[in-house]
Amino acid sequence: MAKKTLLDPNASAFIEHDHNNDGIDRRGFLKCMAWAGTGALCVIEGGVLTSRALASDMGSKMKSHKMGELSFAQISDSHMGFNKPANPDVIATLQSAVDKIKALREQPEFILHTGDISHLSKPSEFDNVDQILKATNKEIFFVPGEHDVLNDEGAMFRERYGKNSKGQGWYSFDKNGVHFIGLVNVMNLKAGGLGTLGGAQLEWMEDDVKHLKSSTPIVVFAHIPLWSVYPQWGWGTDDSAQALSYLRKFGSVTVLNGHIHQTMQKVEGNITFHTAFSTAFPQPAPGQGEGPGPMKVPAEQLRSILGITDVNYVQGRHALAVVDSSLA
Amino acid sequence: MTKRNVFLSSLALMLPLALATVLVLHPTRAKSEDKASALEVRVDNFTFGPDMLTVPVNSTVTWVNKDDLPHTIASTDGVFKSKALDTEDKYSYTFAKAGTYAYFCSIHPKMVGKIVVQ
Repeated sequence: MAKKTLLDPNASAFIEHDHNNDGIDRRGFLKCMAWAGTGALCVIEGGVLTSRALASDMGSKMKSHKMGELSFAQISDSHMGFNKPANPDVIATLQSAVDKIKALREQPEFILHTGDISHLSKPSEFDNVDQILKATNKEIFFVPGEHDVLNDEGAMFRERYGKNSKGQGWYSFDKNGVHFIGLVNVMNLKAGGLGTLGGAQLEWMEDDVKHLKSSTPIVVFAHIPLWSVYPQWGWGTDDSAQALSYLRKFGSVTVLNGHIHQTMQKVEGNITFHTAFSTAFPQPAPGQGEGPGPMKVPAEQLRSILGITDVNYVQGRHALAVVDSSLA
Repeated sequence: MTKRNVFLSSLALMLPLALATVLVLHPTRAKSEDKASALEVRVDNFTFGPDMLTVPVNSTVTWVNKDDLPHTIASTDGVFKSKALDTEDKYSYTFAKAGTYAYFCSIHPKMVGKIVVQ
């Protein structure tokens, strides 16, 4: 039943509470997005939210749908070097993620990697990831995860991936009218606390967005979620509210994170939050199980809970279409 | 005194001594074993076990990472800090001064512990 609804391209049934009379229902949007992990595509089409399954036969149906004026992909948590039972071959699954990106009908212009590139910050681990990602032939923008800055305060990470970045590795850039902000929230962590952006970065960010028109779509990407997913497991950022307060004036803000190795979405006012799959190993749902470590699943299920994210932006539309697809 | 009597009386003297030796040695050995295990902190499932440990001055505490993910042992006041410990890696620190040493994992700062040195 649920699957049938999901496959129905006319999924406007999801719109139940259209408070703004704009054809977009925040709760319906969430409901739709909740299917993301199983491979649904949620897209605003002519002001109406629709949901489609990411089945391989979607190609023909998609042709009638004008795709975004900007398309990019997100990968996260490749943990190169991890070799425990939860996934003894993270090279193969990262390779599958690359194949998945290369097979996307709407080719992304570039890729965001939201951190934990490596497992132990070793040069050989970074080398392996670089080698595998080279096959995408795309520009890749990185932010560090805590596993990428283990023993040198991120010096090697910045040397490799952050040559033009500020401070500990933060930066911004513009693509097709969309403003992207890469943040670092995995360093100088305080005992008992969560992820931290810190005063210098917050100051820079406030200044960075000050001159932008409120109609500019904003995409923020960082490793640890910038919303409180599950603080008991450290899944949140202590000073994220301050950062988000600088973005209230904008009509469309999309926040992309990794770290928790599972897809999750939340819409709060003008901000859509989204976390990506890992390409390496899954972690349990918040509070499920004893802790936030790698979750072992039967080998045949592993690829169904690893994956990539694909984001499309259509100019003049309210929100970016965020699509997760598993490696299965 | 016959030779036999000498032997018996020597035996009578030695037996309690031997018993005493066993009694003395045994608790000593047991005690040192207790001490060794008490000075180890297991880092397991994102927690320090025990999360509070009381030790005498000049004790060496060893942390061992039993998790599938790396952790660090970092003193909150910057007194000591390990490199990232992979699975089964160990880190030791000798506490030469009395005091309370709060520490945490600088990668997963929700993990906190304390060593009390008396």
